[in-house]
Amino acid sequence: MATALLVAALCVLPLVVVVAKALESGAADAFALVWRPRVGELLRNTLSLVAIVGLLSTLIGVGAAWLVERTALPGAAFWRVAFVAPLAVPAFVNSFAWSALIPGFEGLAGAVIVTTLSYFPFVFLPVAALLRTVDPGLEEAARALGHGPWQTALRVGLAQVRPALLGGVLLVSLHLLAEYGALEMLRFPTFTTAILDQFEVAFDSRSGSVLATVLMALAATFLTLELLTRGRTRHVRLGPGAARRAARTPLGRGTPLALLAVSALTALAIGVPAWSIGTWLSRSEQAQEPTNIGPALWWTLALALVAALVTTAATLPAAWLVTRSRSWVAVLLERVTYLAASLPGVVVALALITLTITYARPLYQTAFALVLAYVILFIPRAMIATRAAIATVPPELGDAARALGDGPLRTFARVQAPLMLRGTLAGSALVFIAVSTELTATLLLAPTGTRTLATAFWDASASLDYAAAAPYAAALVVLSAPLTYLLLRGNREELS
Amino acid sequence: MRSLRLTGVSASHPRTPVLHDIDLTVAAGTTTAVLGPSGCGKTTLLRVVAGFMRPDAGEVRLGDDVVAGHGTWVPPEKRGFGYVAQEGNLFPHLDISANIAYGLPRRERRDRARACELLELVGLPADLATRRPDQLSGGQQQRVALARALARRPRIVLLDEPFSALDPELRVATREAVAAALRHEQATVVLVTHDQAEALSFADQVAIMHAGRFVQVGTPLEVYRTPADRRSATSLGEACFLAGRLAGSTVTCALGILPAPGAPGSGDCEVMLRPEQLHLGAPEGGGVLAEVTRVEFFGHDALAELRLADGIGTVVRARTTGGTPPVVGQRVSVSVEGAPHVLGSAPAPATAELAPR
Repeated sequence: MATALLVAALCVLPLVVVVAKALESGAADAFALVWRPRVGELLRNTLSLVAIVGLLSTLIGVGAAWLVERTALPGAAFWRVAFVAPLAVPAFVNSFAWSALIPGFEGLAGAVIVTTLSYFPFVFLPVAALLRTVDPGLEEAARALGHGPWQTALRVGLAQVRPALLGGVLLVSLHLLAEYGALEMLRFPTFTTAILDQFEVAFDSRSGSVLATVLMALAATFLTLELLTRGRTRHVRLGPGAARRAARTPLGRGTPLALLAVSALTALAIGVPAWSIGTWLSRSEQAQEPTNIGPALWWTLALALVAALVTTAATLPAAWLVTRSRSWVAVLLERVTYLAASLPGVVVALALITLTITYARPLYQTAFALVLAYVILFIPRAMIATRAAIATVPPELGDAARALGDGPLRTFARVQAPLMLRGTLAGSALVFIAVSTELTATLLLAPTGTRTLATAFWDASASLDYAAAAPYAAALVVLSAPLTYLLLRGNREELS
Repeated sequence: MRSLRLTGVSASHPRTPVLHDIDLTVAAGTTTAVLGPSGCGKTTLLRVVAGFMRPDAGEVRLGDDVVAGHGTWVPPEKRGFGYVAQEGNLFPHLDISANIAYGLPRRERRDRARACELLELVGLPADLATRRPDQLSGGQQQRVALARALARRPRIVLLDEPFSALDPELRVATREAVAAALRHEQATVVLVTHDQAEALSFADQVAIMHAGRFVQVGTPLEVYRTPADRRSATSLGEACFLAGRLAGSTVTCALGILPAPGAPGSGDCEVMLRPEQLHLGAPEGGGVLAEVTRVEFFGHDALAELRLADGIGTVVRARTTGGTPPVVGQRVSVSVEGAPHVLGSAPAPATAELAPR
């Protein structure tokens, strides 16, 4: 219980610190800092990016999900993997790939293309999972009640996928708010990039904290909007019996067109980064600075491993409490940990910088502070996995072990722990991957002289040394690749 | 082999009282079935006995030892009870022999022979020992769960609807195998169930529970033939209730003047008859005349709904063998085998009420 509360406190800490810093010299002063043309421009940029990418991700994600799950598209199993695979290419690596291939690729158009291709799987994944399992009975009922196929798709189909779609769009929006690397590289200023620029001008700056507060307010607005539009309706199947699988719509003469569309999407989302990184890898002799991947790889693996273990250990008590008891403390705890999920990395990093400079100077720019930031940032991912793992162990099994003579501790060691191990490890793996490709917080918090794969890649590509950056990019993609597998598997298990 | 005694046990879920002042004695080596509809508190009772829940009041005694009550609390792992739940709850990460050996001391766990012996005891082939729980059918899993509970030679075995998740044929076979294994171990058993046939055939003593209280506790024959009240009567099977008038050692009702040995006093009363006590004969064979209005055919037997020619058209049900069931519209005579059960002197409605099956 105490550990669970500590974890929750850790999650709200950045929020409190940043807001306190922003209001340091009074609300009027903070307001003056917000009410500037520059902030208006950042707001316009951020919102238009979210609107356009959100819309495009919806169209592409839902369209791709429908083609893969509900039509007789040849090779559906292959395309299903292909449309999750872009998540293995971090957005900032993707933007590098595009700008290294096409000189002068930048601005809103560039940002929209790169982030849409990087983030549409967040919509595709949940919508496809839902389309795969939703009972076609409702759609058949709509057809029997006189609706044509299009009317049915709009009035019944869309209503059914709405929760998954909204969740996916929310995820895309939150990622866009937090994105630094890709947008900085494409010279498209948003709140996050502005906060880091501010930071480079002056450490621990108040105007940075003010911008971060606005950023958090935006994230909170998106969260609320999603909650409001999701509505109170629950989409559950009524009645007994197993759901049937939907029949696949034949595409007929549309088949070549559909194949062309999915191939083009795959070529853009995976083909371009693969081609670009591959090209620059083969031109290593052009590198201005010889690449020495060893130290960066070692630091990345060490930080990711430690952060993954600490994060998983920190979530266990909270996840246990949330799954096994429905007290108000448990519910509050759950909400608070998810709140942290919407905090951009830059906010967490800023808060930790403010805290360490003010109260714990020796910890400033240490690996400790960096790992702490990772833990706060990625607790939600570990939390989801750990909760799912705990939920797969019925409490009755614990009772059975108790009746067979084991005390609570031995029961945990012999029954619950072995059963939870796989799911919990999957959660640790998710955190491991996220940390090993994390850029924003690492740039701000890493001890001087410490370079991870992401920051080494960043330094090389910032000096337009594409050949030197390519090996790091390749390493980052290789490290993220298992993510595709974990997400596809997690999605399947969640639904079975 | 120990006796189990509950005295004045009350228990509640958060904000909802579930058990009220439960008294029960289960003699050493006997089997007691707790019968009641779902939600009546019977599982809670078992969980209190097993030690998964603390009672609010009362005590639970195992032999002479208090395991709950009077400030004493023995945790479940120290009670030495065997517990088999509805779903079996085999550990999915262990194979069958490891499941069975789970509760044994460490050095005995590797002993395959013991696991096979126990499999045999519950009527399963020994080659299942290396299988995983998900490779077994529901009935097999249930028997393994029992073998796992029996491995520790428990003093008391608690069974929580262990057969209800099974198909009907499987249920009977599993029940017989389990009953045989329990007899062999001479265990003291408490079985919780909502299946009246299971309760009557499995137990030496049946306790009928309703809304967290025992309505009646007795031998299967007692509770079936002489239920304490209507609810008790209908929870054990089909019954028809008729208004009657007691006079000396006879009772007069729509089915004639019937013997009522040991009935209390005289006056208006209600009598209960089981459908199998009613025999149908040719109309000229004597007895009360009736017309068959409906027949439900079950194969091995049939239930005939009869309207008595008593002037007010009282409706009763009779069970006949499945060989030659009566047909609708047929005129018959009804005679009664044995004595009806007099439920009490409360005035009964003019027409008999038919209890749901």
